[in-house]
Amino acid sequence: MNAKALFLALFLPSAATAQGFAGLGTEATGFAIPQNPPSFSFPADHGAHESYRIEWWYLTATLQGADGRDYGIQWTLFRTASAPEPASLWGTEQIWMGHAGLTAPDAHFVAERLARGGTGQAGVSTAPFAAWIDDWAMTGEGGEDALDALRLTARASDFSYDLALSATGPLVFHGQDGYSVKSPEGQASYYYSQPFYDVSGTIALLDGEIAVTGQGWLDREWSSQPLSDTQDGWDWISLTFDDGARLMGFRLRDRAGPDFTSGTWIEPDGTSTAIPDGVLTLTPIATHAVAGREVPTRWQIELPSRDLSVEIDALNPDAWMATSFPYWEGPVGISGSHQGRGYLEMTGY
Amino acid sequence: MNRAGLMALASHWRHRPGQLAALMLGLMLATALWSAVQAINAEARRAYDSAARLLDGQNLARLARTDGLPISVADFAALRRAGYLVSPVIEAQIDGLTVLGVDPLTAPPGMIPDDIITGATDFQAFSGQADLLFVGPNTDAPGFERRTSPALPPGTALADIGTVARLSGQTGASYLIVAPDQPARLASITEATELELQSPANQADLGELTGSFHLNLTAFGLLSFGVGLFIAHSAIGLAIEQRRTMIRTLRALGVPLRRVLGLMAAELLAIALVAGISGIVLGYLVAAGLLPGVAGTLRGLYGAPISGVLAFDPIWAGQALLITLLGAAVAAGGALWRVARMPILAPALPRAWSMRHGRALRIQALAAGLLFALAVLLGAFGQGLGLAFGAVAALLTGSALLLPGALSLGLQVLTPLARGPFAEWLLADTRQQVPGLSLALMALLLALAANIGVSTMVGSFRETFITWLDQRLGSELYVFAQGDPAPLRDFLEPRAEAVLPVMGLDRPILGAPGRLRMLADHATYRDGWPLLAAAPDAWDQLQSGQGVLINEQIAIREGLSLGQSLAITPDLSLPLVGIYADYGNTRGEAIIGEVLFGTLFPRIEPLGFAIRTDPDRVGPLMAELLEFGLPQRAMSDQRAQRALSLTIFERTFQITGALSALTLGVAGLALLIAFLTLAQMRLPQIAPVWTIGATKSRLAWAEFGRALALAALTFLVALPVGLILAWMLLNLVNTQAFGWRLPMLIFPSEWLQLAALSFLAAGLAALWPALRLTRMAPARLLQVFVHER
Repeated sequence: MNAKALFLALFLPSAATAQGFAGLGTEATGFAIPQNPPSFSFPADHGAHESYRIEWWYLTATLQGADGRDYGIQWTLFRTASAPEPASLWGTEQIWMGHAGLTAPDAHFVAERLARGGTGQAGVSTAPFAAWIDDWAMTGEGGEDALDALRLTARASDFSYDLALSATGPLVFHGQDGYSVKSPEGQASYYYSQPFYDVSGTIALLDGEIAVTGQGWLDREWSSQPLSDTQDGWDWISLTFDDGARLMGFRLRDRAGPDFTSGTWIEPDGTSTAIPDGVLTLTPIATHAVAGREVPTRWQIELPSRDLSVEIDALNPDAWMATSFPYWEGPVGISGSHQGRGYLEMTGY
Repeated sequence: MNRAGLMALASHWRHRPGQLAALMLGLMLATALWSAVQAINAEARRAYDSAARLLDGQNLARLARTDGLPISVADFAALRRAGYLVSPVIEAQIDGLTVLGVDPLTAPPGMIPDDIITGATDFQAFSGQADLLFVGPNTDAPGFERRTSPALPPGTALADIGTVARLSGQTGASYLIVAPDQPARLASITEATELELQSPANQADLGELTGSFHLNLTAFGLLSFGVGLFIAHSAIGLAIEQRRTMIRTLRALGVPLRRVLGLMAAELLAIALVAGISGIVLGYLVAAGLLPGVAGTLRGLYGAPISGVLAFDPIWAGQALLITLLGAAVAAGGALWRVARMPILAPALPRAWSMRHGRALRIQALAAGLLFALAVLLGAFGQGLGLAFGAVAALLTGSALLLPGALSLGLQVLTPLARGPFAEWLLADTRQQVPGLSLALMALLLALAANIGVSTMVGSFRETFITWLDQRLGSELYVFAQGDPAPLRDFLEPRAEAVLPVMGLDRPILGAPGRLRMLADHATYRDGWPLLAAAPDAWDQLQSGQGVLINEQIAIREGLSLGQSLAITPDLSLPLVGIYADYGNTRGEAIIGEVLFGTLFPRIEPLGFAIRTDPDRVGPLMAELLEFGLPQRAMSDQRAQRALSLTIFERTFQITGALSALTLGVAGLALLIAFLTLAQMRLPQIAPVWTIGATKSRLAWAEFGRALALAALTFLVALPVGLILAWMLLNLVNTQAFGWRLPMLIFPSEWLQLAALSFLAAGLAALWPALRLTRMAPARLLQVFVHER
């Protein structure tokens, strides 16, 4: 789910942007590059990796309200570095960006926060685990892994939420043990998820609070070489099926050649299988006009090896994230060979 | 027929190019002076807007520490982590330039001008590059990489907070901007912090502060416009008077009256358009010439950031042109009305006109009386600058209306003194002329009164200011600390008689922006600091922490007097023991004693030091300070400081002086045209006197002497009016505009100069008609009887 890389790239020094991402080398910029095979060490790797250019803590949840309606929330903390160094007091070496979204069938709320790294306004600590920007926080509440139990809060002028998340399965590592390749040329990131959260808590809109329960999915990813220079957008799904299995998949749209696809099939017990390029197909069925663009909000998803043929449809096709770097992100319903709920993210439209 | 009619009408101007020039000049000057003032005002307003947006953060509330120290980064982060949307600003002086360090990541929308940051690449340029300053137009920032942004006020610079922190060495925020939209369900921010919330109302409003100055300019602009219209009126009146026969002929030839009027209006429109456009060009040039002075004034007086460069604004030009056309219509209206009502074969009836004038005089005198009463009422009971100017306007208009009556009365008083028939005729004839000259004389009166009033005000101010400055600048040398003041003090102590710290912090005083200062306990202040009002033991009370001094500005604004109590901090109020003059400052200021200041604000460092030493030691000491490492710009000796203050003072009234001189010039021109008009009209009166034996040269001398006499009489009326005006400017307008009262001082030598100037204007204006009379062929005079109009 390194779609945000596209936007975050805009925060990078213009010289680097002009070079093109494919040309970014370790020597040229001084940033660290993901290595295969990875060796993770927790809880340290739940924290920030300042020598890498981009990183995020990305949580989505599909929720059912006590009012009988479906909702979805997003909570994301991005880190982007202009230099592979710790932040100085008022410096811009490390910049943090928070996005919070809340989607109802008939409404979509968005908020954004920005902070520089050296002031304490935003950051991530590992013992105990806490990721925050302003009063938006993802806080560890104990458990075997630091991410097993979390409290998640965000607050804006027109919505807020306060949720408890409890993991019912293990962390899942994408690609090769967490080394996730993003293009045929070999751009890659470190990428793992905690897709097994049970969620409960409250969401609040201006007209009152609503108790909610549901399923949550946390992505952790960091890298220094986000996209190939001919890739100009990204479609990403995280689906939770009613039988307990999960599917993560993404399609990188390539101007110069075939799209690059990848994914992970996750059994209910957390056993995962990487899906190589070209196996998973994501096909737009219908588009929706939002924010002056045509965005595909209904998709056909095919994974023949798992006998999977489903259609996903946005709970609210207007789930546009009108942030500094806008994109579409919202909950979807699943129908076809499998049923369930999930999240869809689309960038570059 | 239109073409022939127009040609016939225009032939008049071909024969009298001077008259056409006068009409054009009148309209052009009126437009030029008016539009120049408008252009200056518009430019200043634009600058205030950008300044208000940037400096006051779009009228956003701020949080600041009550002790004036920077807000720690931890305090900032704590507020953010509690959910409050606040954005840090470091305001620092870097090499004499005010630099605002802002954080684009947390700044509320619109606080940073759009042309500086609209997207991420701009952010990268703004925040990612070392030592990049964005500066306003005409702002020097030597030694820095800088880019100019028209959205910034001149003299200020904007940079990333990281840049300013690095350059200034200040790590904490000077204040936090509070975003207007806070997240839902948060407690009031004042419950979450010890910091003081300063609402936008407590912050300075440049528009309000400078409003007086611009009202002043507008008043002068209007005065000039009016005087310019007098000229146009006289010129049009003359042209129509001279074309009576032509009009009669045209109509006798069968041109309908409406067409004649239409053609004349079209002709006038063309002239007004040409004159208006040239007036706008001239006005732009005048404004561009005056603007640097005005900018200097506003910077010096109010700290208002104005660039000295004028932008051309089509809206402004359009408005000016419209005003000119309206003015021309007003100036021509009466004359055209007379043409419309003139019977086809009407003879001229100058005497009847004069008889009607008697009635008009009584009505004018009545109106003048009402206006004087209004002026007194407004002056005595009116509050606010607008009403103060209203009183001034009522005084001036009333005086102008009263002038013809006063002149007639004066001439009547003189009549019994006349010896011989010629003198009697002369006085009677002069009375007859008053109505024709009255408009021009009114213009002269207004210009003279404005000059007397303004020069008395400026003169009074200058005298008071210089005396005050000499007392106030009691120390021989002033130095400003660069960073830590302690080493500087240690360096100075053994080298001077006394090293007096200069300390203060910006704090609202009684809810308005202000500054709290301390004065060291030293004879320099005890003996020399000028107090307007003081308790008997004011200095003892001040230094023992039992009293507070305030400047005259707060005392007047808040109506405070000695003995009343003033809150210094939420927990401490002190009785008022003295009020001091503080010319040139628009903010409220309070002074407390050295010991009390140290107790209340232990961590405030001195900004600099006032040094007492032998005047001969100042030069060597400055040289030693340079060696010590203090830059030249951080020190200022008494003489330099005094010169600088006087320069600012002179610049402040430069524009006022320039405008009043221009107005006087325009009034002189009005007088010239009026005399020319009359000379033409008065041949029928002069010719009979000549035929019964008065020589042409005697008549010419009489004309000349009469002009001087009328000027003298006008000056006599203008003098008291000008003095009353000065009193009003000093006591009503100044108090409202600047917050200080000044004693009125009188400068009779300047009156003499002005009297000479008005004689000169009248003499020059009468010279040409008089000369023409001496050279006039007898046949021309005899023709008067032939024509028998």
